[in-house]
Amino acid sequence: MRHDRRAFLGNAAAGAMVVTSGAALTSCADTGHYEPGKGGTRWAMVVDLRKCAEHEDCRACTQACHKTHNVPDFEGDPLHEIKWIWKEPKFDHVFPSFENHPLPAHIRKKPVLVLCNHCDNPPCVRVCPTKATWRREDGIVMMDWHRCIGCRYCVVACPYGSRSFNWVNPRPYVKEMTPDFPTRMKGVVEKCTLCEKRLSQNLLPACVEACPHGALAFGNLEDPNSEVAKIVATEFTIRRKPDLGTEPEVYYVV
Amino acid sequence: MYDAGKIVLGLAVFVGVSAFPIWYNIAAGKGAYAVQLEPPPNGTKQCVAETANGYMRAEHMHILDEWRNMVVRDGKRPKVTVDGVHYDYSLSKTCMNCHSNKEKFCDSCHTPAGVAPACWDCHVAPEDK
Ligand code: HEC
Ligand code: HEC
Ligand code: HEC
Repeated sequence: MRHDRRAFLGNAAAGAMVVTSGAALTSCADTGHYEPGKGGTRWAMVVDLRKCAEHEDCRACTQACHKTHNVPDFEGDPLHEIKWIWKEPKFDHVFPSFENHPLPAHIRKKPVLVLCNHCDNPPCVRVCPTKATWRREDGIVMMDWHRCIGCRYCVVACPYGSRSFNWVNPRPYVKEMTPDFPTRMKGVVEKCTLCEKRLSQNLLPACVEACPHGALAFGNLEDPNSEVAKIVATEFTIRRKPDLGTEPEVYYVV
Repeated sequence: MYDAGKIVLGLAVFVGVSAFPIWYNIAAGKGAYAVQLEPPPNGTKQCVAETANGYMRAEHMHILDEWRNMVVRDGKRPKVTVDGVHYDYSLSKTCMNCHSNKEKFCDSCHTPAGVAPACWDCHVAPEDK
């Protein structure tokens, strides 16, 4: 057989393709996409907008969450704002493909409570180059702040604006420090973790516990007896931007 | 060899200048330092692992890494038992519960050794509660 440089390079390239293609294909497919009916745990949240929108100025959930997780308060400065759970002022900004006209009065011009959707098919996880964010078996899209390098690909990838970047050191803006939970530092991204720490202690997420109007429900969607499964099975619910295929796990009763 | 004298002299000067930090510190009496560690103010006598033969000295950062991976990445929150008391896998709540004076413990090793762990940018150290 003839051995020249051309043949060698050709064979080497073909070999490299064979060796890497399997890994490349599976790593693209492996975003942890969930198939319903698989059993196990799939944490989900239901926001009852009929109750929530009635209390436009209520921020009990946001306050409870931000205190539990030492989220800094930049007093509304949109450049630095860090958001885990918050109210978006307009319904059609949150549900842009919902084009019914006119919207019923109880939601039209009313703020909508939003948070990380903990998608089954999370685009943020797909783009993270360090696996600092990933989808856990139970459906929580988790953040590992130790691994975040601050590239902000996830911030761009998230179609819901659920991720915030720390442009400055957040410490001085944490009004009341909860020493149990670390703050974050300049140069990392953060977002809601569905209170995975509280879940491990058998507690409900802080926002759900704090809601004085019973507008939030939380539970395992795979368990037909859970509150969320019952609501989703009996009420008509909508999710944010379903056409994107991200499969949000936050449902809205309107 | 031509100019051997000049070359040797030149080398001697070069080594002398480049080793300046070493002999300067030895001359100034800073060549060796003794570390003064404060025992835990809460009176506990045992650490989360053995301290004999410098085990904790060498391994504490790996123990912390292991704890961090267990809690954050694996989502498990087991306990470590020291002298019959159960502690969480936690930097602020466990290590700093016993070693509650960071300056007189962690820092008195780290500062002379030139180690500055970034942990305290996020984790709450006992004094800045
Ligand atoms: C229950 C109290 C307790 C906890 C919790 C604890 N320590 Fe200790 N630690 C001690 C005591 C007491 C000593 C001194 C033991 C000795 O001298 O034999 C010690 C010794 C050490 C030493 C070795 C000092 C030397 O002179 O070699 C290091 C390093 C250390 N601890 C770090 C840590 C870290 C890091 C953590 C958390 C992962 C931790 N400790 C958690 C009580 C504790
Ligand atoms: C006996 C001296 C000593 C004590 C006490 C000590 N350390 Fe260390 N620590 C070191 C040294 C030396 C290194 C650097 C090791 C290296 O770089 O190989 C280190 C490294 C570390 C690292 C890794 C730093 C990095 O940049 O990767 C962490 C985290 C750490 N220590 C935490 C602690 C904490 C928390 C305490 C107090 C509870 C503590 N250490 C007490 C000597 C000590
Ligand atoms: C960018 C911010 C940040 C930095 C820097 C950071 N951590 Fe963390 N760390 C966190 C957050 C947030 C958690 C999650 C706490 C939880 O879920 O209870 C955490 C959790 C942990 C935990 C487990 C839970 C606990 O309460 O301690 C350990 C152990 C830990 N980190 C160790 C370290 C060590 C060691 C360093 C320094 C080498 C470090 N971390 C640096 C933010 C940070």
